[in-house]
Parts: sequence; C-alpha cells; structure tokens
Amino acid sequence: MIKGLFFILLFYFLGEVCSIGIDGFIPGSVIGMILLFLSLFFKLIAPESVKDAATVITKNMAVFFVPPAVGLMAYAELISQSIWAISLAIIVSTVLTIIVVAVIQESFEKRKERTKTKNKWKSSKK
Amino acid sequence: MEKFEKITALLSGEVFLLCLVLGSFLLGVYLYKRLKFPLLQPLLISVVIIIPFLKIADIEYNTFYQQTKILNFMLGPSVVALGYILYEQIEYIKGNVMSMLIAVFAGSLVGIVTVIGTAKLMGADKILQMSLAPKSVTTPIAISIAQNTGGVPELAVAFVVICGIFGGLVGPLILRYLGIQSKIAKGLAIGSASHALGTTRALEMGALEGAISGLAIGIMGVMTAILIPFVERFIL
Repeated sequence: MIKGLFFILLFYFLGEVCSIGIDGFIPGSVIGMILLFLSLFFKLIAPESVKDAATVITKNMAVFFVPPAVGLMAYAELISQSIWAISLAIIVSTVLTIIVVAVIQESFEKRKERTKTKNKWKSSKK
Repeated sequence: MEKFEKITALLSGEVFLLCLVLGSFLLGVYLYKRLKFPLLQPLLISVVIIIPFLKIADIEYNTFYQQTKILNFMLGPSVVALGYILYEQIEYIKGNVMSMLIAVFAGSLVGIVTVIGTAKLMGADKILQMSLAPKSVTTPIAISIAQNTGGVPELAVAFVVICGIFGGLVGPLILRYLGIQSKIAKGLAIGSASHALGTTRALEMGALEGAISGLAIGIMGVMTAILIPFVERFIL
C-alpha cells in the first residue's frame, strides 16, 4: 500500500515537473497518469506494487469531489442570474458530446468486426 | 460557557468537517443503493446536506475548503492512479487507439462549439462563455484552460462539477437509448463528456468501461485545451 502510494505520488510529482516545462498546457496529474501507464507498459515497475493503492483510490474517487462541488454555494448568485443560459448550454453540449463519441467509436468497431467476418468467410471458402 | 464556545469552534474544524463530508457521503451511498434512483448520486446528496449546514452554522466556503483540503488534494493522485487501471485493460485498447482519438476529437469539437454557441444564443456574456467552454474536462485542466482563455477558474470548476453530475446521470440512459453495445464506446463517451465524475459511473458499469473512461479524461483534456483557442478564433 505504501509502495503504491509512493509510486503514485512520485509520478504525480514528475507529471507536475513536466507540466511546468510546457507552461501548464497539460496538467501534472494527467501527465503523471500517462507516465505511470508507460512505466507499467515498459515494465519499469511491477503492476503488483501499485495495484492495491490504485484500486482503493479510484474506487472512492467520487468523495474527493465533495469539496469543489460545495464550492457551488460561493457562486450561487452569479449562477442564478444566468441559470437558463448555463443549464441549456451544459445540457445540449453534454448530451451531444456523449452521442457523438459513442456513435463514432461504435461504428468504427462494427466496421472492423464486419471486415473480420468477411475475411473469415473468404478464407473458409478457399 | 467557555466549554460551549470551544465546542462550537470545533464545528468549523478539520476533524468535524471531514466527518461531515464522509458521513454525508456515506448516507448518500446508502440511499443510492437502497432506493436505486439515479438522481440520488452520493455526491449530490452530500452537497445538499453540507451547503445548508454551512449556511446555518455560518461557516464560509473558504473555511470549509481549507479544512477539507486533504480530500481536494486526492483528486490529483486519483487521476494518476487511473494510469494503472488503464494498464490493466491494455488488451482491449489495442487496435482501437486511432478510432478512440478520432471519436474524442469529434466529441470535444462538438462539445466546445455547442456549449459556447448555446450560451451565446442565450445571451450569456463572454466571461461566462469562456468559463463554460472547458466544462467537460477534469478540474485541474479546466482551471488552466479557463485561466488561459479569459474565463473565471472558480466558475469553470462549478460548471465542471455540474456537467459531471449531469453527464453521469443521463449518460447511461442515452447510451441505452442509442443501443450502444461496445464497452469501449460507452466508457469513452461518458469519460469524454463528464471526466472523473462520469468515470465513477462508468466504473459501476464495469472495469473496462471505467478504464476507458479514465483514458478519455486525459485525451479529452488535451484535445479541449488545444481546440478552445482555435474554436474561439476561427469558428465562433
């Protein structure tokens, strides 16, 4: 557990360092995630060493959002002034984003499957 | 009397406020499991309990934020930890990298254009539009995007949270309605639209959905950061 936490924090730190290098264009946590993934992929660290810590942290992620979510109260007035514009913009955009991403990804996978079965059919005919 | 004052002071202290956060969240988890009603997200229930409490006890948000900073801090490590979850699902990702990048790119573009466009049509001012623009990306990325493009970081965080709750709620329903079969498509869509909050919902659907959703947070964040200045200058 401690080993896992150490690695996660270490990669977080390395991510933050890289982030400063590119003027904060990509946040340190995201770079850290990519670095951790690459280190596991290239077998620089053993998966078992981070498994427990990573699983516990990600399983309970939602609770970490409580403090920023409570922050809504500090902007209640400003938000309520433009409540309709904000709600409509978020609803329209979020729904469309979900639809676009899901439909595109699904159609790519279906097409791949179709060519696969076609090839199988061809080779079985031979 | 002195003792009474000391005890009330404890109410705005670290220990009690952390208890309040965890306790209200646990109650949320309990209600969510018990009633199986998707609107009763533990996060939402927790917020609905905490905000009135802070108002009644006359505790400012800033105090609350300072005392519960440890939870806020964990947001960073939890994004990093998703790297491991992603590694676990590596076999499923192979051969899908290109399609995933294209799908998220399209989703990011559509998301930015529609959120700024709708806000503009509804008469929201520029500052609000630019604070809304990064609504689908994870908090740390949204803050830096808002700072770079003339939005208000605090507002951006608020919209990120609202968008996360909303997407987590309706995401599974939309995917079911569309009849989406692919686990990758499901995770990718929810993660792209609703970052880590959506990812908690995607993890409920399955490990693969959750891992892909975690990956989508990263791709979406990077693409959105690149696209917003572009969209603002050339499209809207």
